[in-house]
Amino acid sequence: MSAPADSVSPGSARAARYFIYGALLVFALIYLTPLYVMLTTSLKTLDEIRTGDMMALPASPSLDAWVRAWGEACIGVTCTGIKGYFWNSLKMVVPAVVISTLLGALNGYVLTKWRFPGHKIVFGMMLFACFIPFQAVLIPMARVLGILGLSNSTAGLVMVHVIYGLGFTTLFFRNYYEAFPDELIKSAMIDGAGFFRIFWRILLPSSGPIIVVTVIYQFTNIWNDFLFGVSFASGESAPMTVALNNLVSSSTGVKEYNVDMAAAVIAALPTLFVYIVAGRYFVRGLMAGAVKG
Amino acid sequence: MNGTSSAMAARPPVHRGLADRLRDGLPRLVLAPSFALILVFVYGFIIWTLTLSFTTSRILPVYSFAGFDAYIRLWSQPNWHMALGNLAIFGILYMSACIAIGLLLAILLDQRIRGEGVLRPIFLYPMALSFVVTGTAWKWFLNPGLGLENTMRNLGWESFTFDWLVNKDMAIYTIVIAGVWQASGFVMAMFLAGLRGIDSEIIKAAQIDGASTVSIYRRIILPLLRPVFLSALIVLAHMAIKSYDLVIALTGGGPGNATELPSTFMYSYTFTRNQMAVGSASAVMMLMGIAAIIVPYLYSELREKDR
Repeated sequence: MSAPADSVSPGSARAARYFIYGALLVFALIYLTPLYVMLTTSLKTLDEIRTGDMMALPASPSLDAWVRAWGEACIGVTCTGIKGYFWNSLKMVVPAVVISTLLGALNGYVLTKWRFPGHKIVFGMMLFACFIPFQAVLIPMARVLGILGLSNSTAGLVMVHVIYGLGFTTLFFRNYYEAFPDELIKSAMIDGAGFFRIFWRILLPSSGPIIVVTVIYQFTNIWNDFLFGVSFASGESAPMTVALNNLVSSSTGVKEYNVDMAAAVIAALPTLFVYIVAGRYFVRGLMAGAVKG
Repeated sequence: MNGTSSAMAARPPVHRGLADRLRDGLPRLVLAPSFALILVFVYGFIIWTLTLSFTTSRILPVYSFAGFDAYIRLWSQPNWHMALGNLAIFGILYMSACIAIGLLLAILLDQRIRGEGVLRPIFLYPMALSFVVTGTAWKWFLNPGLGLENTMRNLGWESFTFDWLVNKDMAIYTIVIAGVWQASGFVMAMFLAGLRGIDSEIIKAAQIDGASTVSIYRRIILPLLRPVFLSALIVLAHMAIKSYDLVIALTGGGPGNATELPSTFMYSYTFTRNQMAVGSASAVMMLMGIAAIIVPYLYSELREKDR
């Protein structure tokens, strides 16, 4: 849509432009302020934080707080920093994203190109599963993980995230494949191509955009998860978000705000990185999925 | 597109061997594990939680049934009423602020703005952050004494006070602020996509008829964005009911129980107060709340795709 702003006098049109740019800039500053405060605080000394101003630039920027957050900060009773938890999160997020994306692609393929009676009910049930409050499955899941011997393990969290991510990944691929021409599938079938051959040779090669969207979505969701992490993995096997919360909310000793902020930035870096590198596709894809209909 | 136009319809119906039948069943076989997982881990677990809510379970699940006892205890907890009241405040303010700011930003960005490519990611990046990070950042930003309050005093406004984070009556609003900061950019993206999807011919025709910009937006554009309003409302309502991390990281539910929400209530009653039956009952209530919003929406969405 083009902007309907041409039918007014040049003077008031210019005033309107100034207003628009001014408002957008004010909002941009507001949105950036917390990030600015986090970053500058993490580069300050504790003294400077106590006596200085939150908005001021660090007098002599230092990475001390980052080093402490990574390798020395105390989370609970152990003081080895957040690095172990960072790796926990990474070891959880990579397999969970790969498995749930692959299953979502196959499910989406079946639900659009190999429909069977009742496919709508199956899809509807998977879709509703995306929206349930996880509180409704928390206690049984804790019991089942205990029975399977997967409590307090990264493998357990991988399983949980694969299961509760399936609905979303299926939804993304289903919506994407629905627009994929059936004629191509049919002519491949006439040529004798089977179920998997059609998937590998025809659908998957053209699935680039939706794979990007799904991977980013799952990566941010799983990396940022807190509820499952805090419920099913404590102590050494906790993911990054849980460790960060323990670090920040611990009330023992001197409160090292600079270390807290450094840890928070470290926890945010992977998703920010993914977002900066591929965010454009993410937004485009999310919009296609969310605004549809 | 509907079921009959799919490739399955081409299947020959008579006298099939085992290999043929396997081939025909293959798609369903591929889908089956996922569906089974959802059936057990979502629907089975919901039934399990529902069952627990009718028992006397405390620290561990027990299966001695007590009827609606847990629900009666749940609804007689002042804490639960506090949580519901807070959810109402948080939910309404969060949804309306996100939609108002998101729509405003989308309309402003849609005015053929130079630098849109720079501004859009700035509004959107909070969405990439974990609620725990957002909570941590805002906890620091709103820190009474060192944060915003201190900054304003340093600027010369000596009497400026901003202690919402530790103020029982105001703490819930700090959660609204942080939540809106995180999600409004996403709502903007949804509206922007909606605006870009509107046929510009309609707008041009209205301009030729002499309609003002304001009335074009009010009479034509906003009504056309109705589906986006609906999607945004659904997504936000669902996020509001589920919010847990943000509260834990920002206020920990406090001061006192001033920022208790149903999600934090469920967690503490189940895992720290050893009232598993009451916790389950609260989870069932949350599920019913979300189902009341989501089920009609999904139903209409899936039906519409038929036409």
